[in-house]
Amino acid sequence: MTDVANKYTVEPFSASVEKRERFNRLLKKRYAAEARFKMWGIAAISVAVVFLVLLLGSIIMQGSSAFVTTRVTLDVHLDPAVIDPQGTKDPKVLAAADYNALLRKSMQTLFPEVEGRGPTRAMMSILSSSAPYAVADFVRENPDQIGQTVKISVLTDDIIDMLRKGYIDRNVPESDRKVDDFQLGIYDKLVSTGAIAAALNTDLLTTGDSREPENAGLWGAVVGSFLTLIVTIGISFPLGVMAAIYLEEFAPKNRWTDMIEVNINNLAAVPSIVFGLLGLAVFLNFFGMPRSAPLVGGLVLALQALPIIIIASRAAIKAVPPSIREAALGMGASPLQTVVHHTLPLSMPGMLTGAILGMAHALGETAPLLMIGMVAFIVDIPSGFTSPATVLPVQIYLWADSPERAFVEKTSAAIMVLLVFLVFMNAAAIYLRKKFERKW
Amino acid sequence: MPSYILIATILVLSVIGYYMGRSTALARNGGKVKGLHSLPGYYGYYMALWCAVPALLVAALWLIFENSIIDGLILADLPAGVPADRASLFMTDVRNFSQNGAIAGEVTDALREVSARYVALHDYSGIALAIGALAVGVLGLAFGQARIRASLRARPKVERAMMIALMAASTIAVLTTVGIIMSLLFESAMFFEKVSVTEFLFGLQWSPQTAMRADQVGSTGSFGAVPLFAGTLLITVIAMVVAVPIGLMAAIYMSEYANRKVRAVLKPVLEVLAGIPTVVYGFFAALTVAPFVRMVGQSIGLDVASESALAAGIVMGIMIVPFVSSLSDDVMTAVPQAMRDGSYGLGATKSETIKRVILPAALPGVVGAVMLAISRAIGETMIVVMAAGLSANLTANPFEAVTTVTVQIATLLVGDQEFDSPKTLATFALGLVLFIVTLCLNIVALRIVRKYREQYE
Repeated sequence: MTDVANKYTVEPFSASVEKRERFNRLLKKRYAAEARFKMWGIAAISVAVVFLVLLLGSIIMQGSSAFVTTRVTLDVHLDPAVIDPQGTKDPKVLAAADYNALLRKSMQTLFPEVEGRGPTRAMMSILSSSAPYAVADFVRENPDQIGQTVKISVLTDDIIDMLRKGYIDRNVPESDRKVDDFQLGIYDKLVSTGAIAAALNTDLLTTGDSREPENAGLWGAVVGSFLTLIVTIGISFPLGVMAAIYLEEFAPKNRWTDMIEVNINNLAAVPSIVFGLLGLAVFLNFFGMPRSAPLVGGLVLALQALPIIIIASRAAIKAVPPSIREAALGMGASPLQTVVHHTLPLSMPGMLTGAILGMAHALGETAPLLMIGMVAFIVDIPSGFTSPATVLPVQIYLWADSPERAFVEKTSAAIMVLLVFLVFMNAAAIYLRKKFERKW
Repeated sequence: MPSYILIATILVLSVIGYYMGRSTALARNGGKVKGLHSLPGYYGYYMALWCAVPALLVAALWLIFENSIIDGLILADLPAGVPADRASLFMTDVRNFSQNGAIAGEVTDALREVSARYVALHDYSGIALAIGALAVGVLGLAFGQARIRASLRARPKVERAMMIALMAASTIAVLTTVGIIMSLLFESAMFFEKVSVTEFLFGLQWSPQTAMRADQVGSTGSFGAVPLFAGTLLITVIAMVVAVPIGLMAAIYMSEYANRKVRAVLKPVLEVLAGIPTVVYGFFAALTVAPFVRMVGQSIGLDVASESALAAGIVMGIMIVPFVSSLSDDVMTAVPQAMRDGSYGLGATKSETIKRVILPAALPGVVGAVMLAISRAIGETMIVVMAAGLSANLTANPFEAVTTVTVQIATLLVGDQEFDSPKTLATFALGLVLFIVTLCLNIVALRIVRKYREQYE
């Protein structure tokens, strides 16, 4: 009895204090480690969030100015001797006239001190090279104004636009500046007379690409993306749904279907550029399909989106409870009728969600489209599935490569447009999911 | 006739077939539905199938082989002025000339003549296709209608056809893989006839510019891909150094620490990172991160190239974060609560539980996630194309510009190319390496993830 008691006697007071202190120190250390660990987690998430904010912030900062452009309003004398000496008002004659001369004249009346070829050219370079077309358009629409002096607003060159937006530093030496002192003087005078003003950049969303930054627009790329996505969804959605139905409802469990399964999963992880190589080798070189066409781009993206759609569709079919199938079969429907009349309609919202997400993925895809020639410089708005086209991400890539400073804001603006489309698609997917979500 | 109008015509024809089938079946059964083996609609589908399937098959086969047959016909009868070894170049000119009316070089009489024949052959082929396909469609209609009677088992027949279509759709994935492997192997084989495999895999010099003319100096082209592999590896390592700790810690925080509300906000935010197109990351890397890295490097006295591996790697790492975090999150939430409770019961703190219990239990899944992320980084194109550079440096210095496998594929194949020069064929060999490496990583990773998931179920 005493032995046992001795065994469990309390340790001397001093030793116990020491042990408790050691224990407390250890506990403190453990709690500190705990707090540090939690901090690391918060830090990791913060890094990701900060990065995202920086990314979006810098793009919005750089891109928002692209939606505004710089215009100069000039008094242009629509001289009949230049436009239409015979007074025929024939559109062909009107179109062929030298409108640049009219612009030159109106600039010369503003700046009578500028003489000689060199200075005149430097003065005219303030205007966009598309300015004569703006005058031509005005004349075509108002032929009765010929002979009068009218106010016409034309685009300035992209360098002047950059100057107005403050991207060009006046303080650097003239030799390092895009705008020389002479042009700067003319610009300042135009500003002081109130001729130069900011205007909404409608070209950005209505025209095709251009080598001149002030004229370059996104509409060609938007139409190209749209046509490409139509092909993509037209091929990948039916095929994906059919494949999912077969694998989920009818396929026997054997080696072959196992291989299909593994294949689908692997295909979802194959680098996108390899799909580009496939498209190049098979669709372009073997089948001889046209380069740069939305048809081929759509086919390549369809193959890439297929696994995503199959996986989502299978999940949607799996979510339909077996009781529904059993009821249909019990009423004498054939297996295929059961699927077409009952399983498919019930799983359609889930499939659509998957398809939209697949499309959003395809919309942002660039690399495989480079392989099939969708990087060509294309000014025209694509008119069909086989006409040369480019798509939004590729347009971004092309503009990002351009040396002009003005293309930086264009690129950022194009990214903003692309992101808006992506947000809409993802929002649609979330809305569909929420709307049709049901618990069986 | 453009092919889509032809296809539309065939489809209209088969819709007509549907109504003909329905009414024929009813008419041959005395106008009553009772007594028919299947519902009347199935007789309609039966006829529509007999119309559309053979006609579309004919059209598809015709369109697939049309070009090669016409090319063959043209090549078999080339004008005397064209040497045999320039035949493929000449064919490209003919194609461009007949489509655009202009070519880059000089327009010769021989070219004009052959182009006229080329256009004529295409015209004949188009007419023959239209007549042939529509005739097959009409014949199919007649054949189908002749077989309709009340006892015809229309539903099982239509369903069997549907089943075949479903099976075909499910094999597209396999066909795609086969297509990828075949095209890569075929073109790579042509490359390896010109450049030996050992030189490609172990050579230290990559300069794919080949001589356009025989007398050109200094551009024989060398295809040692080791600098590309090294560059890819360097950028992948940097990306992983960024992505794995951030992704893992983010996953730990979200699955173990964050409450429901925080999680509901954070998870979509991370997913936004995954949804941003890679070209946007590339632009950001080239325009914002690279100059920043250069500035920081210079301020501490380092020589940083304007296109550095570091900038591309960091941005790629951030892009991959959601990938690592969502997969790791999945595997960590799959660890049973009982294991956590046991650890807490022994007096462990949360972080100790995570470090000693949850992470070891989730390790295989996390490793699988990281492997998938590596395969992603290796295959990523746009960021490196825009931010990593083109010079093939064999270096481990992250401040220098390096080039990667995907960059070379993308830059060598953009623009018009001749498909018999080693320069363009090399890209397919690079593609093959890329495909094999990522495929191996994927298979192993998918197997690990899947096996691990089954353990607790």
